[in-house]
Amino acid sequence: MFKYFSLVLFILLPLTSFSKVIHSERSLYRNIIVDEHGNKRCLKFNTKSSKTNQSCLFKDDPQKLVFNYAKLVFSSLLMIDNPKRVLIIGLGGGTLSNTIHQLYPDTYIDNVEIDPAVINVAREYFGFFENEKIKTYTQDGRIFIKRAKLKKQSYDWIILDAFNGDYIPEHLLTKEFFEETQSILSTGGIISANTFSISQLYFHESATYYEVFGNFINVSNKRNSNRIILAGYAEQPTDEEITARVKKLSSFLAPFDIDIKEISKSMSSTKNNKNWPKDTKVLTDQYSPANLLNL
Amino acid sequence: MYKSVYCMMSKTNALIYFLAFSSGFSIMGIELLGGRILAPFFGSSVHIWGSIITVFMLSLSFGYLIGGKLSTKNASLTRYGLIFIFASITVLPIVFFAQEIMEFIFTHIEDSRYGSLVASMVLFFIPTIILGMISPYSVRLLVTDSEKSGQVAGVLYFVSTLGSALGTIITSFYMVLAFNVNDIILGFSSTLGLLGLITIALHKTVFKNHMKTSSPAI
Repeated sequence: MFKYFSLVLFILLPLTSFSKVIHSERSLYRNIIVDEHGNKRCLKFNTKSSKTNQSCLFKDDPQKLVFNYAKLVFSSLLMIDNPKRVLIIGLGGGTLSNTIHQLYPDTYIDNVEIDPAVINVAREYFGFFENEKIKTYTQDGRIFIKRAKLKKQSYDWIILDAFNGDYIPEHLLTKEFFEETQSILSTGGIISANTFSISQLYFHESATYYEVFGNFINVSNKRNSNRIILAGYAEQPTDEEITARVKKLSSFLAPFDIDIKEISKSMSSTKNNKNWPKDTKVLTDQYSPANLLNL
Repeated sequence: MYKSVYCMMSKTNALIYFLAFSSGFSIMGIELLGGRILAPFFGSSVHIWGSIITVFMLSLSFGYLIGGKLSTKNASLTRYGLIFIFASITVLPIVFFAQEIMEFIFTHIEDSRYGSLVASMVLFFIPTIILGMISPYSVRLLVTDSEKSGQVAGVLYFVSTLGSALGTIITSFYMVLAFNVNDIILGFSSTLGLLGLITIALHKTVFKNHMKTSSPAI
């Protein structure tokens, strides 16, 4: 009798340390799950596996960035100074927008997110902050950028972080899209794109970025399978300029758990290091089988 | 039952069933690519598919009506082949003018839902009406006996819907991996045109007695 009781206890005990789902809803596009595991609250798409985490925060220290890729995005600050207008495609939990606002309270931030449910969840569970300078648009990122181009708007820092639970949407990976994005980038601005470093698309994406922007910088460390692509700059900053920015930003970024010095070491330019085959097919609006090549 | 089905399968019937299969294949292949064509201008929200499917359903319904009406006037393999040739021609603007058309609509219509609806109408309405004419016209060419008319229609819709299923899966699973969208659409257009020409040629030669000896069916 006691043997069975202890067996049941043995099985149930680990379950208490499993994460607890505090909110879930089905939007038009995906299942959204917010769960908590100890001190960490995470936004997940579609399934409860930790592999599908979109955004996390620490409940006791919400300004500290959790995700490696989110910290890597700030490598962009080694390429530009004092961004005044920021565009973020793909909201997630809103952590990038919140962090940028805390660093630069006077900066205008436009967040574009196709799924209204994601925006609601970000507001309710991840403390996503908005004011008259921080606006959110419920729209497809491609359409927003196309309209911004028509209105001749420009941004100093454009962050491409759209993800549909499967991969980046195909029409946001094409040469034409990158050309449209480039046309709303201000002089001296920077584009940071979050993508993956392990997928059959890796070569295609690199070739496509190179086709539009010329040389770009890959930022990645071995901690996970993301890479940030920094593109759209006319001239690569010199080592001295980067070191100066590292020095200036180190203490500024430290409260967010961003080690800018270490991040600067994870940057590598394609200038003398084009690691994709010369004849790699560029992704275009005519040919962009992203979801198939991602398998 | 097997024996009576076998008797129906003369060579002309086989041709007609194959043509119906091809039209089903082409309709779904083009519809699937519609999403890819519209996405750069109207996004990939769920409304896009609402627009595309609405337009295809609407145009197919008109196609069925018009095709049925057309089949009452001197139905022949030649006219059947001509439907395919017209379908082939009206598909071509999707390849050559889609960018300009969508650019114009995007600039003038702010709401991407209605923009995508208008774009779908302009690009797909006419070709799909013509492709929709094929099914009822096929029934007219195949039915010789009103008692079997239901079964003939059943086999026809089986074949053409099977074509639709294969068109969907082959386009979305395999063709987009290997080809540009425009090349796939050109492929559909060429195939439809070629099939139309072959049908007319066969009617003028090998099948010239088709429909001459059969009694007025219904």
